[in-house]
Amino acid sequence: MQIKVLKDIMAANTTTAEANQARLDSHGIVGLNIMASPGSGKTTFILRTIDSLGQSCRVGVIEGDLASSVDAEKVAAKSAPVVQINTGGGCHLDANQMAAGLDNLPLDSLDVVMVENVGNLVCPSEFKLGEHKRVVILSVPEGDDKPFKYPGMFASADVVVISKIDVLPHFDFNLDKFRRAVTGLNPDLLILPLSARTGEGFDAWTDWVTAQCRVGRR
Amino acid sequence: MHEMAVTQSLLDIVIKEAEKAGAKKVNAVNLVIGELSGLVDDSVQFYFDFLTKDTIADGSRLVFRRVPARMKCRACEAEFSPEPDEWVCPQCDQWQAEVVAGKEFYIDSIEVDDDADKGA
Repeated sequence: MQIKVLKDIMAANTTTAEANQARLDSHGIVGLNIMASPGSGKTTFILRTIDSLGQSCRVGVIEGDLASSVDAEKVAAKSAPVVQINTGGGCHLDANQMAAGLDNLPLDSLDVVMVENVGNLVCPSEFKLGEHKRVVILSVPEGDDKPFKYPGMFASADVVVISKIDVLPHFDFNLDKFRRAVTGLNPDLLILPLSARTGEGFDAWTDWVTAQCRVGRR
Repeated sequence: MHEMAVTQSLLDIVIKEAEKAGAKKVNAVNLVIGELSGLVDDSVQFYFDFLTKDTIADGSRLVFRRVPARMKCRACEAEFSPEPDEWVCPQCDQWQAEVVAGKEFYIDSIEVDDDADKGA
């Protein structure tokens, strides 16, 4: 006998993700899922974001990593609340891990929760965490062809940050070609070229986060 | 890369649906998986064989229906199959296409032993 099922395999994760989002909403918090390859500069980017926002928009961080707590320690040194989640080899965070992360953050005193997902452009895009917005960081040295190799990641993003633009003169990264490719795929995408090292372009990012913060407080 | 977690979710759904139907044994699971979903068949099968031990799905087959990626041009509405490194519409040369197929990721149906076993 054949039984029709027609069920999304990710349904269980999606249900938990929706609960996470409701929890963030009840505290007026905006959840940002930060996804990128290893080495694209996620942690530096998050640290600079915490500095730039200051008290205007209070940030808590969930650090997802295969192992180690190096990144979490750097965030903690900024006096921002941080939770480390080691996936023990897992290639992405899932909604259950996000829920555990939220359990350990002081939600009443936060405006934004930034989740540093595991460095990987494949799996994290398929697991909703309960975030409101998806931010993908692509660093200049990785090349402008990444959207073709990882369309799922770029199609699901709300913001793509092109990081490390201070090294643009040394690489043949074609920003126009990149813009054309990703906005063709995802017309609502916001593209923000910046350098977390020099600060160039960074204001546009913090302005965007601040605007999200206001939406969350409403 | 994330097949273990996905396969566990898949198996949870299969067992729940089979039990709901009063089935004693699952013989096959028919999956629909898009080309863009980044899932490796062999890897899912490997975890499935391992995770189904001592369940009613032990020994069942996974049948994969792969859906190729298709794009639709937002400018002229032509549908086309994307090239690996180019998503330009072959009809109007515009670079404004959305993915219309290739992201599928669901269980279509399961095949189970039913009536013969039900009376037992």
